[in-house]
Amino acid sequence: MASNSNSSESQRIAQQRLRIIAGHLQKQKDDDSGIIATECKAEANKGTVPRKRQEIMKWNGWGYSDSKFLFNKKGHAEFTGKRYRLSGMVLPSLQDWFENTFGASVNHKSPATPTLNASAVPPASLNEAFVEDLKTTGIPFSHEAEDRVFRAHGHCLHEIFALREGKKFERVPDMVVWPNCHNDVVKIVELACKHNVCLIPYGGGTSVTSALECPPEETRCIVSLDTSQMNRILWIDEKNLVAHVEAGIIGQDLERLLNESGYCTGHEPDSMEFSSLGGWVATRASGMKKNVYGNIEDLVIHIKVVTPRGVIEKSCQGPRMSTGPDIHHFILGSEGTLGVVTEVTMKIRPIPEYQKYGSVVFPNFEAGVACLREVAKQRCAPASIRLMDNEQFQFGHALKPQVSSIFTNFVEGLKKFYITKFKGFDPHQLVVATLLFEGDRERVLQHEKQVYDIAATFGGLAAGEDNGQRGYILTFVIAYLRDLGMDYYVVAESFETSVPWDRVLDLCRNVKERINRECKERGVQFQPLTSCRVTQTYDAGACVYFYFAFNYRGLADPVHTYEQVEHAAREEILANGGSLSHHHGVGKLRKEWMKESISSLGVGMLQSVKDYVDPDNIFGNRNLL
Amino acid sequence: MASKTLYSQRDPMLKRDGFEDILEERRNSSDLKYALRCYAPVLYKGVTPCKANMLKNIVLQSDQLHYVINQVSQESGEAPDIIQEEASVILEEMAHRLQISTVRFFAFALSKAFKTLFQHVCVNEEGIQRLQQAIQEHPVVLLPSHRSYMDFLLMSYILYTYDLALPVIAAGMDFMGMKFVGEMLRMSGAFFIRRSFGGDKLYWAVFSEYVKTMLRNGFAPIEFFLEGTRSRTCKSLTPKLGLLNIVIEPFFKGEVFDVNLVPVSISYERILEESLYARELLGVPKPKESTSGLLKARRILSEDYGSIHVYFGQPVSVRSLAQGKVNRSKYNLFPRHIPRKPMEETQSFVNDTAYRIVRLQEDNMVLKPWVLMASLLLQNLEGLELSVLTEQTLWLRGLALSYAAFLDWPDHAPTAKVVSSSLALHRGLACVSGGRVSLVVGEPLGPVTPEEALFNRAVSVLSCASYRNQVLHVFLRPAMLAVAMHTAASSRKNEVYNCFSFLWDVFSNDFILCPGDTVQDFEEACYLLVKTGAVQMPQQDIEMTDRGQPILSFFNGLLEPFLQGYQVVCRYLCEEASEGLTEKQYIPAVRSFAVKLILAGNLRCYEVLSSDMQKNALAALLRMDAVRKVKVADQVTLIVNKMAVNSIDDILGGKLPTQKAVLARL
Repeated sequence: MASNSNSSESQRIAQQRLRIIAGHLQKQKDDDSGIIATECKAEANKGTVPRKRQEIMKWNGWGYSDSKFLFNKKGHAEFTGKRYRLSGMVLPSLQDWFENTFGASVNHKSPATPTLNASAVPPASLNEAFVEDLKTTGIPFSHEAEDRVFRAHGHCLHEIFALREGKKFERVPDMVVWPNCHNDVVKIVELACKHNVCLIPYGGGTSVTSALECPPEETRCIVSLDTSQMNRILWIDEKNLVAHVEAGIIGQDLERLLNESGYCTGHEPDSMEFSSLGGWVATRASGMKKNVYGNIEDLVIHIKVVTPRGVIEKSCQGPRMSTGPDIHHFILGSEGTLGVVTEVTMKIRPIPEYQKYGSVVFPNFEAGVACLREVAKQRCAPASIRLMDNEQFQFGHALKPQVSSIFTNFVEGLKKFYITKFKGFDPHQLVVATLLFEGDRERVLQHEKQVYDIAATFGGLAAGEDNGQRGYILTFVIAYLRDLGMDYYVVAESFETSVPWDRVLDLCRNVKERINRECKERGVQFQPLTSCRVTQTYDAGACVYFYFAFNYRGLADPVHTYEQVEHAAREEILANGGSLSHHHGVGKLRKEWMKESISSLGVGMLQSVKDYVDPDNIFGNRNLL
Repeated sequence: MASKTLYSQRDPMLKRDGFEDILEERRNSSDLKYALRCYAPVLYKGVTPCKANMLKNIVLQSDQLHYVINQVSQESGEAPDIIQEEASVILEEMAHRLQISTVRFFAFALSKAFKTLFQHVCVNEEGIQRLQQAIQEHPVVLLPSHRSYMDFLLMSYILYTYDLALPVIAAGMDFMGMKFVGEMLRMSGAFFIRRSFGGDKLYWAVFSEYVKTMLRNGFAPIEFFLEGTRSRTCKSLTPKLGLLNIVIEPFFKGEVFDVNLVPVSISYERILEESLYARELLGVPKPKESTSGLLKARRILSEDYGSIHVYFGQPVSVRSLAQGKVNRSKYNLFPRHIPRKPMEETQSFVNDTAYRIVRLQEDNMVLKPWVLMASLLLQNLEGLELSVLTEQTLWLRGLALSYAAFLDWPDHAPTAKVVSSSLALHRGLACVSGGRVSLVVGEPLGPVTPEEALFNRAVSVLSCASYRNQVLHVFLRPAMLAVAMHTAASSRKNEVYNCFSFLWDVFSNDFILCPGDTVQDFEEACYLLVKTGAVQMPQQDIEMTDRGQPILSFFNGLLEPFLQGYQVVCRYLCEEASEGLTEKQYIPAVRSFAVKLILAGNLRCYEVLSSDMQKNALAALLRMDAVRKVKVADQVTLIVNKMAVNSIDDILGGKLPTQKAVLARL
């Protein structure tokens, strides 16, 4: 298949992909391209995210307000808006897949509450002295219900479900502030300490660990510190290939702005459309192309953090240091408990000359995992390599847009015939690995051949670029699809872990089985969807990502049932040698397992850092510990 | 949860499944057709069956085995190839070669044999359905009770009959002595393990990997006998843990989602090996398994052995059993292919599980009226009026039923008829003459020495005891309480408990008492005795009621042989045992000591002649540190702490109160 695609086609696809993921789809205001050191408040805000997020984003679901899946009058699924490759397309197989997989029906709707009921929001309890002092700084703030509620949650199932149901909120931030630069943050933190106000940093709001939830027992005034306006690239250093960036910048803006200068970070977590640089640092994020570019801890060179005790930063930008334990590692993964990350210096790379998707089908999951393991062993993993199980493969197929030409239809049919009939792959067993190669053209093609050769020894068959690309689309629209599911009595969530190679298969099988069993025991009437993919490879193991969804008709408290099942699934993961989290973090959702995960001594070490840096618990989101 | 389900099995209100006689169809249709019929069992998650050779290859190529091969090679200096070859030879010797044609042969031959030997072979079909379900969902381990050589042929026969996956069966190497039969068994699914291979790393690795491979892949249900060997006394034996450890480990290591343990209770109305066992217990060595021996056993075919009941218990999920008891993540930090001694937590879990499974086997053992009659006859060795026996059997039936015994009592038959037909079936053991029922004592030809007479009498007592033993598990706990009340000579609950706990401890080699369950067993005993109105428990006391007298005295009589037997052993060790008594000499020495006592008229208990009881008593004394084993040269010598043994003797005899202090000193 590598042979039947010409370079311009690949280039086109590469461009398309950049558009999907990183592409900024709003009109740009003014295009002054020079990337120069900027003064605080010196220039107009160029970021995608406005202060009033609800103006462009859903208040009770994922992503942009104009983009959503729905079943039209014919029962066909379509994706609205103009922002994505799937936008405006009809997806004829989605309805069948949806109804068959979940036992759901497009006739059984469970619509969301259309607007926020302001009376369900507890009134703001303001610290007047703090507000007075804050006013003198000129930093914008708000205590409107919409602003506060938007920052009271991340994207856990129970959070979104509660918003949709119009449930009463127990605790939301009392006000929101929008610092514009590092110095603003310093002022805010000083005032917070002075007036004993609780600060909760808020970046992209894409947390899935209950990290943004306000602790209900918090009696102080809670201020949500929204970093979205701190979104500039302050300078680019082409000699050392690093950029100094304000931490509130979201992934798509960072990538777009760097692209304008011919660079990229290569850090592409699935949430990159909305998640922020500071958030990545605070949760130890991982991007899908980490094989080339590294995870966030490999990418950052320097971090500036404002804490109640002052500002933490290093004195130089040496690429590696032996100066005791790396203080960056107290910050990376601190989940907003120590301070606010304001500025980050991170590595950049020239935009790759050439990008190419690919895919390989394997007769079964075992063969696929063996192949990925071998690829990791030979250290020849492409920028991204993911192995989707059969369920996810079928899910991906359900997202195929309407095919316009009979010819494509025919070719697809032939391919299917070749794989299932001629090669004897069982359509209910086969799995697909999706690949993304990056680099200069020659090397990509060479690399591609190497990977396909390894795949062949495990019975893998090359299955085209299109299948590969579709696999990646799924991860970017999955959160939109969850909203669609919730419109029809289906709840869904994802969770992840990392696990040594030799336990991957056992873990996947046992976790799926555990979920199925727990669902049955808890009265879920329909067979749940459990699907997983090996989504990252490392020398010593892999990251495994699970999707889990079920039709909740007939359940009194679906969210509670869901939470019990997820809890059981996490226990199963831990019992099978998986970690508590690979990149989502701990938040409040997984706090209970911290001791077991890092030992009570380890928890004590972290606690003593917290006690030193933030003795009054100003950063009181109570994550992690 | 799971432990609850285990406990509720003992609930008297428990509804047990009904039985179907599988011989009935055999008597009405062609055995040949049956043996040749289409056999297509469902397998675990629809796996394709694995050929025996392929299985061997998987084992020989496993990381687990390679690791040990390299280790052994490094230790011995031998090349890995040679060790690998050795492993392959071991596997060859061990592995089964299940062949459907052999199975069909057995299906045919056993149909014929069963029809001659037995009236009925009854199976609970609901259990079969549960098993069929379980086989599809999880790897299954079949754990039948072991009373007879018949057991595993019978199991495979039943599974074949119901179109279920045929098990692979762990069998002792001694079968291999019977050349032809051994190979036949191998081809019907048996795999052979040496009786002892303690130190042999390679053997252990091959063996455990072989079993685990079959289990992990779900190729076939694994079957083995928790008791390790046939129980010669019909009491359940203390479970052996080796194989259970092996089949449970894949669950702890996450290699399988769950493992289902299926206890199977096989109850024989008459055991083929009945008098053979009694002789064996009395020191006539067991005949070495040989084909000619088996052929001689053909005369067995002319006798009536009543019915067999096979009860497939509720599958027990290892996963739910282990919930909250074993932290599986402790296995995370060690490569799974490197063999390791099980952790303490795991060991005690496996031990606990083994005991619970054996208790489940006991609970579903079907008891025949004769079992009750044997219990009564043994308490009246001089004989009983038939009418009295009938009346007491009826009384005992009521008691047994209220203690949830699984009694197979003929419907709508007058008790007298039940009693007489039981006597007829067991005419080799008891006879009626002049309206009195007494044990039959075999009359040897020619002149008889007093020892020979005693020996003959002991054979009939021990044979009879093997029937009484079948009901012991029903009465054991209340009976121990009855004895405790008797020996404590106090009605204070705590004193009775002390005594109970002492007995519990002493007898835990003879009976299946789950480790750590003393308090629970005591409470169960109290509950049962109160329930049947034998005792009342005002405040801190336990008192016998007027109605309770016959019950308590029956219970005291039931355990009397054990109390006496242990006392004889204690007395022997205190009074007679010479310095430097070796372990080998112990059994014959105790036996001749007891013979002397009986001949002198100082002892009326014959059961102490049983090597089983002697071994258990010694094990108890060793456990309680009253006797120590010392290895001198090649001999194992027993060092007796006479004071400790003496005080155990005294407590058993009710001469010394059970005090915490005494126990502590022991």
